[in-house]
Amino acid sequence: MYRYDTYDQTLVDERVAQFKDQMDRYLAGRLGDEEFRPLRLQNGLYIQRHAPMLRIAIPYGMLSAVQLRAMAAISRRYDRSYGHFTTRQNLQLNWPKLEDVPAILAELAQVEMHAIQTSGNCIRNTTTDQFAGIAEDETVDPRPWCELIRQWSTLHPEFAYLPRKFKIAVTGASADRAAIQVHDIGIRLNRADDGSVKATILAGGGLGRTPMVGDIVREDLDWQHLLTYLDAIVRVYNQWGRRDNKYKARIKILVKALGIEEFRRRVEEEWAHLKDGPETLTDSAVTKATSYFPEPERREVSAEAIEAYETLRRENRAFARFVTNNVVGHKVPGYKAVTLSLKRRELAPGDVTADQMDAVADLAEQYGFGELRVTHEQNLVLSDVPVDELETLWKALEELGMANPTVGTLADMICCPGGDFCSLANAKSIPIAQALQDRFEDLDFLYDLGPLDLNISGCMNACGHHHVGNIGILGVDKKGQEFYQVSLGGRSDDNATLGKILGPSFNAEDMPNVIDKVLQVYVEQRLEDEVFVDTYHRIGMKPFKERVYA
Amino acid sequence: MPEVTAQMTSARELTDQRQGGVIRQNQLVSEDAWQVVRLDEDGNLPSYQQPALLPLAEWQALVAAGEGSDHLAPWLASDTELTPELGKALADAPLLGVDFPNFNDGRGYTIARLMRERFGYQGEIRAIGDVLVDQLHYMSRCGISAFALRDDQYVEDALHALSLFSVSYQTGVDQKTPLFARR
Repeated sequence: MYRYDTYDQTLVDERVAQFKDQMDRYLAGRLGDEEFRPLRLQNGLYIQRHAPMLRIAIPYGMLSAVQLRAMAAISRRYDRSYGHFTTRQNLQLNWPKLEDVPAILAELAQVEMHAIQTSGNCIRNTTTDQFAGIAEDETVDPRPWCELIRQWSTLHPEFAYLPRKFKIAVTGASADRAAIQVHDIGIRLNRADDGSVKATILAGGGLGRTPMVGDIVREDLDWQHLLTYLDAIVRVYNQWGRRDNKYKARIKILVKALGIEEFRRRVEEEWAHLKDGPETLTDSAVTKATSYFPEPERREVSAEAIEAYETLRRENRAFARFVTNNVVGHKVPGYKAVTLSLKRRELAPGDVTADQMDAVADLAEQYGFGELRVTHEQNLVLSDVPVDELETLWKALEELGMANPTVGTLADMICCPGGDFCSLANAKSIPIAQALQDRFEDLDFLYDLGPLDLNISGCMNACGHHHVGNIGILGVDKKGQEFYQVSLGGRSDDNATLGKILGPSFNAEDMPNVIDKVLQVYVEQRLEDEVFVDTYHRIGMKPFKERVYA
Repeated sequence: MPEVTAQMTSARELTDQRQGGVIRQNQLVSEDAWQVVRLDEDGNLPSYQQPALLPLAEWQALVAAGEGSDHLAPWLASDTELTPELGKALADAPLLGVDFPNFNDGRGYTIARLMRERFGYQGEIRAIGDVLVDQLHYMSRCGISAFALRDDQYVEDALHALSLFSVSYQTGVDQKTPLFARR
């Protein structure tokens, strides 16, 4: 993975010193709340319902065992010995003390980490495919490109006060696991016939209160121009995006208002000035970035070992379940990627205790070349596990409570921290997730339902991505009471679609029954192997509505 | 693990009580007579003394009437559309103000950068309005060369803020080569 050189380290250290000074001035009363706000946000620090919250950047979801151990230590020393993995592949601490944050950032800098631009109206952490570099369907490894984008966007002097937050996602595979169509900018990398990298650039996607799917701004952009093109798009947004209403300030509103043709025209006009300028990428820059993501030194896995693994899979039902749900194929025969499920009854979705972080760090060193990835579904991934070590890894994960064989099922729900923690939330989301996990815990039932994304957000800011859940749940506030609105039919894959609202909202207590009725309709109406979202799009909302509101 | 650096860095002593004023070339300008003139609530231009930074339209009108001088300069509102014609017309201004009506309004960064990089403006670009200490680093990277601090901003904090960073990844008016080409 990427390692800092002296430039990166100096920049992050200087940033720590800057924030320490800003905090000192804030505590000394020289800096007002209003003025301090964007400064703390762009260092990941929120003021939350119960305490400050610190969001630590995990660039494109790549994390080392050393870094994870450092976070475990930080969470013990400065917080309540746990952390929360987010849908933007970051880690949040929910209980740090305000005045400790500069010291936390200094400790993070020692393991090449930071909290820069994890919040605020700026370019946020770039996200990508959790199976980058190992996926069978990948044509371009997105990680070097993500790193180049990370560097370009970090402390970008022109784009620190955008109209609103700005999120970029990149994929280099044929199946989109990075949800690029619902990002401010989505980038799809592919290869031309001559092997050169080309980028298709989308803009104007996003969730939040006005969810939209992005439009293609440019197809087949030569790789050299990636950063100048991004500069052009963000510059057009910085100049023309609305600043009078924060709910209409995202780039999607600008793209919609101008129309994609006019938006594209402005971007191209701007880009004409920037094209071939100094930010034009060079072979040596890309080669250097790529050198940080070498193939790990995988040992040979014998045909006998692969056969033994297949035999175990046939003979051990519990192991087979784990493999079917939590293990995915790898471009190298004999290797697999393993998802560590952070969806278990005892803890909120995405939460990990400090002891678990240490244990996972050990596992990453033992089974995964010391690296892991964070997924936007709030799970962790070990990306390079030889099949003859899968059984022992599985047993270790069982002991850790991270082997729930439910990845991709209803039980693998995405869930924001919600009203238990977040001051923006209209309603709690974690208790809803737990009630649903309790109600639908039968594995055979979950498997019978098949792949099903259930996403929960505690407010329309949509951190839980409810719009693109096959089943989406949104917390709403009605006269001080918490209610939940259900939407159906969303998806975040290649056919990104926004869910439609089922009807009037429900009480928290009714939610398990409501979801049960929705599932009943699916089970009764599905054809053969049809998955939930396809059944929904075939039969429409009506049968679901009639059953739920009967 | 080595000791934590930020804890080792002793805090600056916040002793200098000077607030506001114009910062240029890393120091407080001792005498600066430029007055920023804004339209009043009724949209009228108040009377002013020279040298003065005037709203763009007022300055253009004076220039068109042959009354431009070295003591009159325009300031650009954050919603100014920098057309090629305007960019060229501003070349003659003795000074250029870029207004930050609110510190969260980031359009001035783009305006300053375009004036430097696209239109080759050589004179002083001065940030006016809601100009805060913690914005100066980004402003200077975008080609703003003087900062009319908001009245409550401390001069020593401003000078410190301008000295904090020795590295940047991207190009800016201060750095023509991105880091990826310098490593």
